Amino acid sequence: MKGLFVILSCWLVGNCLSIVIDGYLSGNIIGMLLLFILLCSGIVNGETVRKPAKFLLGTMALFFVPFGVGLIESYEVIMDNIVAIVVATIVSTFGVIVAVGWVFQLLNRKSND
Amino acid sequence: MIETIIKSDLFLLTITIGIFLLSGYLFRKTKMMLLHPVLLTAVAVIVFLKIADIEYSHYKESVAFLDFALGMSVVALGYLMYEHVERLKRATLPVIGATIAGCVVGIGLVVGIAMIFGIERDIITSIAPKSVTVPIAIAISEPRGGVVAVTSVVVFCTGVLGSICGARLLHISGVKDPMAQGFALGAASHGIGTARAIELGAVEGAMSGLAMALTGFGTAVLLPLVEKYIY
Repeated sequence: MKGLFVILSCWLVGNCLSIVIDGYLSGNIIGMLLLFILLCSGIVNGETVRKPAKFLLGTMALFFVPFGVGLIESYEVIMDNIVAIVVATIVSTFGVIVAVGWVFQLLNRKSND
Repeated sequence: MIETIIKSDLFLLTITIGIFLLSGYLFRKTKMMLLHPVLLTAVAVIVFLKIADIEYSHYKESVAFLDFALGMSVVALGYLMYEHVERLKRATLPVIGATIAGCVVGIGLVVGIAMIFGIERDIITSIAPKSVTVPIAIAISEPRGGVVAVTSVVVFCTGVLGSICGARLLHISGVKDPMAQGFALGAASHGIGTARAIELGAVEGAMSGLAMALTGFGTAVLLPLVEKYIY
């Protein structure tokens, strides 16, 4: 219960800050950063939020099902741009995997030397 | 009477969760990516809505609770980052370098290719955050006029693609460091890639989760700038 309150509070404060910075970042993303800071600084004990956080992270896939169902209305938009979307998705996914893998490996080797 | 029940919020929410649990069971039995619970549930719900003649807008309102929970799960990612803070401290330079590389390459390639094809601005916004976990991708695309259904589908497909081809691709390109492998999977294909990374090992899984949270945050910071100045 307390953990849920902490998560909701971070989100709420995040929403306020989001308005201040003119929506540059959405409230829940700021909330994520706030929760991270609260936990690292020891203001909030990790044990307090562990249960609700684990539940939310573990059930996340269910939460975005309604957006997938949204295909019912937007499949035409996808079909109109299908080639571009498929090419962009494949190229960038492979690009990110290779680029991130290389950069991480290279820097990790250097910092271990 | 049946129609009242079928159209009620309680029924639609319950049946969505029920189908999801059933799909999860099928997925664990078969291990086939095409039977991923999200995909299967979405298709089953679409079929159900068509048969029962229920509007998508009505369905979306009925299951607004899931939407709210999705917003909360973004905040919960802060806990995920905290859980891996020790790893972050031990490998600060590679983690930061790889996060920046992942965000820049990811956004750059998608936006670049989309611009070459000349697709509409709204669609570019919808697919630009495609390597990021769904809740963050939606938090980025929705307020900027993206089509969230397109975002969630493209993000989902990216996850599946990365988790199927990722390990092999890393092997071919000579990435042997387990930490680098995990980080790359999480950076490119978020939660679905992380599920795959956990199968590779504990280190890979942890790095993948960390990558998912960090690249999500990095993309959220970088994308508004790209949107403003580039496309």
